Amino acid sequence: MFFQQLINGLMLGSSYALIAVGYSLIFGVMGLLHFAHGEVFMVGAFIALQMVLLAHISLPIATLGAMTATAILGIIIAAIAFLPIKKQYVAAPLIATIGLGIVMQNLAVKIFGADQVSFPETIEIVNYKIGDVIINSLQIITLCVTLVLMILLSLYIKNTKMGKAMRASAERPTTASLLGVNYKKVVLVTFAIASALAGVAGVLTGLVYSSISPFMSGPATLKGLVVMLMGGLGNLVGAVVCGIFLGILEIFSVAYLSASYRDSLTFVILILVLILRPEGLFGVRLHGR
Amino acid sequence: MISPYMESILIFAGINILLAISWYVPHCAGLISIGQGGFMAIGAYVSAYLSLHGIPFYLSLSIGAITSCVISIIVGLPALRIKGLYVILLTIGFGEIVRIFFLNFEPTGSAEGLGGMFPYTTLLSVYLTVAIVMFFINLINNSHFGRAMEAVLEDEDAAETLGVNLTTTKLLAFSIGGFIAGLGGGFYAHYALYIHSDNFGILRSVEILIYPFVGGISSLWGGVLGALLLTSLTEALRVARDFRMEIYGGIIVVTMIFRPQGFLGKYTISWKSGRRVLHLLKFK
Repeated sequence: MFFQQLINGLMLGSSYALIAVGYSLIFGVMGLLHFAHGEVFMVGAFIALQMVLLAHISLPIATLGAMTATAILGIIIAAIAFLPIKKQYVAAPLIATIGLGIVMQNLAVKIFGADQVSFPETIEIVNYKIGDVIINSLQIITLCVTLVLMILLSLYIKNTKMGKAMRASAERPTTASLLGVNYKKVVLVTFAIASALAGVAGVLTGLVYSSISPFMSGPATLKGLVVMLMGGLGNLVGAVVCGIFLGILEIFSVAYLSASYRDSLTFVILILVLILRPEGLFGVRLHGR
Repeated sequence: MISPYMESILIFAGINILLAISWYVPHCAGLISIGQGGFMAIGAYVSAYLSLHGIPFYLSLSIGAITSCVISIIVGLPALRIKGLYVILLTIGFGEIVRIFFLNFEPTGSAEGLGGMFPYTTLLSVYLTVAIVMFFINLINNSHFGRAMEAVLEDEDAAETLGVNLTTTKLLAFSIGGFIAGLGGGFYAHYALYIHSDNFGILRSVEILIYPFVGGISSLWGGVLGALLLTSLTEALRVARDFRMEIYGGIIVVTMIFRPQGFLGKYTISWKSGRRVLHLLKFK
């Protein structure tokens, strides 16, 4: 039972991790809390669904399509809500992303309907039994995809020129541009990558839980924020670890405590982190207090 | 005199003005809150519960507001040690915790909501409260405390070196905000006559946040303008009823791009600029 719940927790946790990494990327490089990230997540799921339903595209390719679409969506969001606003207005991009989020969610309800829908059964789900634990092929695929994406992302950030540019902008944007980094390009690339990850997370979550709805963005936004905070704002490793941790914690709290307080667990953790260790579990203290 | 429809819009606008002001006061001391919905909820539920049990309206309203104020002090304590961005997250968390709490709290109806209140809220009582609150906030802003808040807003460390007590300043500003939000909640409960914890979630807190952001964050009148504008806009847009929320979101985005500080500046509506306008007119 315990290991079964652990696997379930890992599933939930890996989708949280993917969303939180996007948040951390955007916050790290641009100092922006992206309140429309949950909507990007939701749009990714729907686009993949539409591709499978309308064009009968196979699921893996539909996922790639969703990733591309959400990456473009991310670039559009950056172009509207972030780039036009002058640097000195710190809170304005945040509010602008909130506004965009409202627009996106309502458009999604108009275009896709407000009901919960699910992916059609296109993949054969094979159940494997390891001891007492049942894990199916869909869950294995989800875990593998998440792992691969994380590895690719860290390789990209460590080794490519753009990755270095992103890290430089995260540390010191002005100095980075003095050294020749095209800040606008970095912003767009960061948004694109983060949004693509959110798109994949959307598809995976929709598959694992057999449901997609325009209202899945709300919890995703909030939980992603909490995970990012827990791991340390801007800290990618922290985001992944804490995402998985929160997923496991949540599943365990439903299994061993009560289901009605599941969502409040996230916020209790938020408050605890803010009171006890605001810089996050993996963060660096900014000033001694 | 005015149609019931008009009156209803004005009353909702008045309640939203109170909430906008409840956001403005903590902001004067540098605290940005996206959790005023939670304080509104506390004021609403407490005052509704009391009035349903026979306590006269103004007393239950006040107790609701005071409860909200006390809770805001408790919430404000952890907010003292953390910097601006984290305060935002704290208030978001608080708002959601309040929502989930009332969703599960039996004595006030939990998931069924609370209803059957007597419509004590009138146009007069709301706007009289608005006027009194605005008068007092103006008084505070021009006082020693108001200058302390402004100092904290500009630069906390410098303010501290000049002897401003950060703790009291921030807590007091936050608790005034909580009190006013509680008032707004109480009025709301006795006008809508049915409240449910979902009314007070993060969406409501975001709506409250937007009133000053569109109307002008640095000015008390900014929140007023924003609340009036956006409340009546929600009604005026009933014509384009299907795309109401999209237009609403669009207005937010456009305002942030072209006028991030909101329409009104700090001194747009003030004695200073009034004198200047008078001066200009004199020399026509």
